[in-house]
Amino acid sequence: MDRREFLKRVGSTGAVAIGAAIGGVMLHNRPVLDRVRRQTLPSFAVSLGANDVRMAVARGTQPDALLRAALGEMGGIGRFVKPNDHVVIKVNAAFDRPPRLGTTTSPEVLTAVVAQCREAGARKIVVTDNPINQPESSFHKSGIRQAALDAGAEIAYPFASQFEELYIGGETLTDTWPMFFGPFARATKVIGVAPLKDHNLCYASMTMKNWYGLLGGGRNRFHQNIHGIISDFPHMIKPTLVVLDGTRVLVRNGPTGGSLSDVAPGDTVVVGVDMVAVDAFGYELLRGIRQTGPETIGYLEQAHSRGLGNRDWRSQVWREVTI
Amino acid sequence: MRIARIRIVSQAVFFALFAFFAFVTEFGHLRGYPVSLFLEADPLVGIATAITTHSLYRGLLWSLVLLIPTLLLGRIFCGWICPFGSIHHFTGWIASNLNIRRRLIANSYRPLYAFKYYLLAAMVVAALFGSLQIGLLDPIATVSRSLTVAILPALDTLTQSVYVRPYEFRLAWVVGFLFVFFVGMNLVIPRFFCRALCPLGATLGVLSRFSLWRIHRDIEKCNGCDLCRSFCEGASDPQAKLRKSECFVCMNCLDDCPEDALAFRFLPDRSGEVTNPDVARRRLLFAGVAGLLFFPFARRSGATTKDFDKQVIRPPGSVAESLFLERCIKCDQCLRVCPTNTLQPALFEAGVEGIWTPILNMRMGYCELNCTLCGQVCPTGAIQRISIPQKLGLGEFSERGRVRLGTAFYDRGRCLPWAMDTPCVVCEEVCPVSPKAIFTRPVTVTTRIGQALELHRPYVDPTRCIGCGICEHECPVRDERAVRVTAVGETRSTDRRLLLTS
Repeated sequence: MDRREFLKRVGSTGAVAIGAAIGGVMLHNRPVLDRVRRQTLPSFAVSLGANDVRMAVARGTQPDALLRAALGEMGGIGRFVKPNDHVVIKVNAAFDRPPRLGTTTSPEVLTAVVAQCREAGARKIVVTDNPINQPESSFHKSGIRQAALDAGAEIAYPFASQFEELYIGGETLTDTWPMFFGPFARATKVIGVAPLKDHNLCYASMTMKNWYGLLGGGRNRFHQNIHGIISDFPHMIKPTLVVLDGTRVLVRNGPTGGSLSDVAPGDTVVVGVDMVAVDAFGYELLRGIRQTGPETIGYLEQAHSRGLGNRDWRSQVWREVTI
Repeated sequence: MRIARIRIVSQAVFFALFAFFAFVTEFGHLRGYPVSLFLEADPLVGIATAITTHSLYRGLLWSLVLLIPTLLLGRIFCGWICPFGSIHHFTGWIASNLNIRRRLIANSYRPLYAFKYYLLAAMVVAALFGSLQIGLLDPIATVSRSLTVAILPALDTLTQSVYVRPYEFRLAWVVGFLFVFFVGMNLVIPRFFCRALCPLGATLGVLSRFSLWRIHRDIEKCNGCDLCRSFCEGASDPQAKLRKSECFVCMNCLDDCPEDALAFRFLPDRSGEVTNPDVARRRLLFAGVAGLLFFPFARRSGATTKDFDKQVIRPPGSVAESLFLERCIKCDQCLRVCPTNTLQPALFEAGVEGIWTPILNMRMGYCELNCTLCGQVCPTGAIQRISIPQKLGLGEFSERGRVRLGTAFYDRGRCLPWAMDTPCVVCEEVCPVSPKAIFTRPVTVTTRIGQALELHRPYVDPTRCIGCGICEHECPVRDERAVRVTAVGETRSTDRRLLLTS
């Protein structure tokens, strides 16, 4: 064996030994890797003056006209959506049910919201939700998919890869929770469009409860403190607008319904910037129709006392029109 | 154009069609495509279910159509159409040895290749008693099942593009390993699955004796060079006495013969071939006896009768269990199309006969109220094609009532409002029937620190519960759920009912 061969063979063995030793020392006792990226949501709200209308109620039977009229009372869509805005519309598409059962946002109201955003010059309009039932069939059977596509919006389905940890820092959701963040990453405006519904546990599901649908993970644990959770939502997200779709009202057997006898006409659309005020109004409407239920509900009280909104909707600037 | 080239085009077209059907077998793309056409056109499925049920279900008439080319040309299905065969063909071609002597050895007939006929014999005898087992190895059922349970989820893991919510299947690793084994065996013996195991290939091999066109070797022209065998897919010995039952009609030998001694001819003289499968009578008899004993061994294990498993919750529209086992070919099309991933392949829950048959697992998903897709794609009617009104007992079906899959029961030792002074009732929230089958009774308890706490404690109304399992699926007690659906109360059988009247 010549010297060159000797050096080559002993050298390669030595290199492997030294490489293993260096690698071992470098990796030794490294802390558990925290790969979780924490996202935060910016505020999507637009600033209003003290005398600006904060909530508008439209009553009548044509959903499209109601939405337009209510927005008109608020000063028009142009106040909220600007040309080139990227608008995300969070609907309630929770269940695999036809619109007439009143468990999901009505396609007519959604169509009107999308049309208004287009008129305002929005660059992109995305309709989204993370349904309880299978996503594709829920968007399909609720009529929301067709309505959104026909009106010129896109659908964002809750692909597992689109979820990220959102820092909430609320009273009940104190830290982070997995959220369907994907559609919101590039959004400049956010509009929540929620139906007015009975709910078995928290009495009513309206524009505040609607944001529940954006959360994933073990959200079935929320029911252990449902009012605390829902009152964290106006802290978690500051939408541009919320729309309460009271065209049809699910008055019992909520939130799933399932029978036409569970649904009553509500003939109302409410638009507002304060989801607590809108929901306080909505709960009065629901209670008036079904003639039962407590005077107020826990999450409205909690959100109000935390200063996240105004439960006394009459004390702010509001309008009502009948068409 | 060489005939083998045309065959490759045919294989590519049929494989693409099969892959397309597999891709669109889901809610978003279904649109009335005949997604189970390959299964319906499978003659073994047609013949075996005709033996077990004495009928041909719906689309299974297509299996007669496939008999036409078989009776005219032989096992042309194996060489030109079968998507699983094409996978084996392609893998074997990629792995084929450059050394012609090694190839000649790889493509020569072995006695092992008679094994598929013994398997078929055992399966047919078991079928005579009402136990349908062909699906364990039928190539279309096997490739469909492998795609659904293992390959597509693997593709989704790599690309995150197949499902909105990731599907998972119990025992995907077993189904996946079996698939890799079948495909990987091509590196050892080309077309091992087709030559040695495939019960459909065996069926078509038996029928090949009737085919009118056959490969014929002109002994005057043949100089015995053996080149014809070097790419013979079926290992059917075209260089000697052709084993007709093994020939896939791949036509490679025609192209490879330098002397033009081989031709595909109408009604050639059969003296130069082995017409029937090369099976030993005593082995065949033994296989038949094994199939005969399989049935009592399986049934007297009790899994379908006295000791039926509470987890055997069958999809909506399923026929009663003994009839189900006569029909289900374990193709798992229902698992593919199920929108919630609740349908899972069974292992031994439904007994040894029920391996890979669909059962609902409420931890994985639940039965969507307004959905009957599983019955739409079932090729054999194990899950009948029912409508939504039929499932929900509406209109003309109101007399027969809703289809119930089982019944929900509370485990009060694990339920938060029952055992732990903690509000919950997600189960009531998601219960989809109206009025809800889950209802609550308010109670005020004194907590251990002396405070009054109002709780809603859930109950099941068994007259309303349909066993859809969404309560179990959404229960926050994630491991052993506090509300669980078991099979009792299912409407498909008369002996597993719960209530006197419903």
